[in-house]
Amino acid sequence: MVAVTLWSSLTRFTDGAREVEVQADTVGGVLDGLVADYPGLKPILDSGVSVVVDGEVAPNRHAPVPEGAEVYLMQRLKGG
Amino acid sequence: MAKDEFKEFRLVGTRPDRPDGLDKVTGRARYGADISAPGMLWGAVVRSPHAHARIVSIDTSRAEALEGVKAVVTRADFPTGLTGEDWDLQENTMAGERALYDGHAVAAVAATSKLRAEEAARLIDVTYEVLPHVIDVDDAIKPDAPVIREGAADATVPEGMPPNVVRYMEFGHGNVEAGFAEADLVREGHYKTEATHQGYIEPHACLGQLGGDGKGEMWVCTQGQWFIRKMCAGVLGLDAAQLRVTPSEIGGGFGGKTTIFMEPLSLALSRKAGGKPVKIVMTRSEVLRATGPTASASMDVRIGMKKDGTLTAARAEFRMQGGAFPGSPVDMALYCAFAPYKLDHVAHVGYDVLANRPKCAAYRAPGSPMGAFAVESLIDEMCRELGLDPMEVRLKNAVREGDRASYGPKFASIGLVETLEATRAHPNLAEPLGPNQGRGVASGYWFNHNGETSVSLAISEDGTAQVSIGTPDIGGSRASIALMTAETLGIPYEDVRVNVVETGALGVNEPTHGSRATFASGKAAVLAAGQAITEMCRRAAAEWGIEPEAVEWVDGAAQPAGPNAGKFPPMSIAEIAGKMGETGGPISGHHESVPEGVGASFGCHVVDVEVDPETGRVTILRYLVVQDAGRAIHPAYVEGQYQGGAAQGIGWALNEAYIYDDKGRLQNPVFLDYRVPVASDLPMIDTVIVEVPNPGHPYGVRGVGETGITPPLPAIANAIQDATGARLRALPMNPPAVLAALKAARGA
Repeated sequence: MVAVTLWSSLTRFTDGAREVEVQADTVGGVLDGLVADYPGLKPILDSGVSVVVDGEVAPNRHAPVPEGAEVYLMQRLKGG
Repeated sequence: MAKDEFKEFRLVGTRPDRPDGLDKVTGRARYGADISAPGMLWGAVVRSPHAHARIVSIDTSRAEALEGVKAVVTRADFPTGLTGEDWDLQENTMAGERALYDGHAVAAVAATSKLRAEEAARLIDVTYEVLPHVIDVDDAIKPDAPVIREGAADATVPEGMPPNVVRYMEFGHGNVEAGFAEADLVREGHYKTEATHQGYIEPHACLGQLGGDGKGEMWVCTQGQWFIRKMCAGVLGLDAAQLRVTPSEIGGGFGGKTTIFMEPLSLALSRKAGGKPVKIVMTRSEVLRATGPTASASMDVRIGMKKDGTLTAARAEFRMQGGAFPGSPVDMALYCAFAPYKLDHVAHVGYDVLANRPKCAAYRAPGSPMGAFAVESLIDEMCRELGLDPMEVRLKNAVREGDRASYGPKFASIGLVETLEATRAHPNLAEPLGPNQGRGVASGYWFNHNGETSVSLAISEDGTAQVSIGTPDIGGSRASIALMTAETLGIPYEDVRVNVVETGALGVNEPTHGSRATFASGKAAVLAAGQAITEMCRRAAAEWGIEPEAVEWVDGAAQPAGPNAGKFPPMSIAEIAGKMGETGGPISGHHESVPEGVGASFGCHVVDVEVDPETGRVTILRYLVVQDAGRAIHPAYVEGQYQGGAAQGIGWALNEAYIYDDKGRLQNPVFLDYRVPVASDLPMIDTVIVEVPNPGHPYGVRGVGETGITPPLPAIANAIQDATGARLRALPMNPPAVLAALKAARGA
């Protein structure tokens, strides 16, 4: 299981939980697991988010998520 | 300068001539407006004079009857049924039922000359029903504000929020109330920043051609040719692969050229004109009225501090309008606002709000300057109240590698402490100040970005190399990538040519944005060069009859890896390349990825100002930029980025603003009235390049393009208070605003 920290205004889609656990070993697995467990998150995840694994913005869905990794969901990062 | 475990380099860190220098100083460089084609038509756009109006009717008959007019398009010529960002882009490209801001396109025409097209545009009769409008973000968020668009809110917005709130966010950690209870001083402030334009010198320009078969080409001034392709295809319902987009040389972008404005119009007009190419060049007025500035912001910040300067808690609530469409950078502003500080208790709340203004675009570190203005101003005020040195307080609370960022995750390798220490040691801080003079300090942060990246490298027959990249060069990336490639291959800098190529030549590349080009395309070029080296070693091994693993690449040549590998003289890249036709064919390298290892960048600025108490004019006396570059590949370009960011930030702080009349019409859509800094406004901007190498890049690169615009806004406000005792909490801090603040301070 991987613990994922969401931004707190998403807690209304996760029964109030700021940190949720999903069964996953990749970034894609984390995102799919979040949608499976909390369908209300789907439009938000579909519109684009950044997943930060142990302080590093994950480059793609296949990026590994080690057991015990610190995973943060963030608004999609980009720039000017 | 610190933490440097990298070896010495032959080329990296040197300052060779710029590869585009001669073209630019001789006028030979081809910008967007320089591209023409046989049989070309000119396009002109009809724009709404109203901030908010229902389009009752559009009569194009008089324009179509004019000799030389070949096509007129309105929204009726665009496909229907789009959703999400595609719909937003289409709606912004050409208004549908309503014009949503002054300058919103409502029709376009193509004719045989520019003057004829402009004349025809004036003959298009649009009947409007003017609707109530709203400009200011604090007005737009009121429950009874004119509604810009029903149903635009996304799933993040809870029920019951005001109708123009389209995105909402909260995040943070710890317990802010408990943190405030630990503080000796808790202060809060309300801050506002105006929308400002990137102010690139080159207006948007394109030449589009689209046939009835759905195949088209475009030459365009852009930061991202693949984004242009994807967005135009989405707006017009085309297959992306049928549209070939070639970027021109670019006269500035700063984020504003990462999206589309009139580009689909040229394609739509071309298709309607039987496939003739259509050129559209915006005027400066069109650029300011209809392209994307950054957002305006209204911000509340609360901070707790102990007497020794330790921060105990912080809370920010930001509201930003990004025009009539979702997308203000309120999220990034919040992420960056407290990023320089280690905080156990922090909370953020953000609202993305619609208003009757142009659709905002990215602008250099989108959102970060606004957040910094609020936070760095309040920290400075609190330091003054407690009698603390603002540099020491910043150092005391500075985040280090492994600390939890205010926005959640832990920081990887960062160089804030090294940056602050280099700032503290700079002689500018010891310069004496005279009457009406003051000094201000502020920090800034930007994440930097990776993004989809594809690069190819080809070895030429003479041993020189060409690198094809997909990220337009807006700040020196061609020189930097040439240096890194030459360093890796072991050949002279002059033997590498880096070309920015069209969409048919590489896999998808994200634009040059997020300070990513030298990091991402550079990393890909280094890896592509490594692939070519592997192949050249293999060719040499085959010639020598030894195993490829027994060959190494040293100083631009293959050589046996050791005495046991055999005794052969080094085989140079030119020798290998000269025979490549006989030894297996072309030698090239390629790399594509979303590269890992982005390195964030912190900066610290120190500004000395003099305030004229009679006029309120603020003169910049001295300006210092200190920033972590990771590794400065071409230091002159890095310094240029630092100086350019500071110059734009100074303009934002002191003069720039969109001025609207009571009807919501922009009153200053020319550079005479929209006042960007010119050379005579500024002193030489001093720079210090701090190098804490990014372990995620083969040469330690961090992006450097964006952080520099972040600290000037608060640094100047802090300096003005130091000079006068007056605190300005709204931008721009132009003479009338400064005079009013001086008067208020004297009356206090």
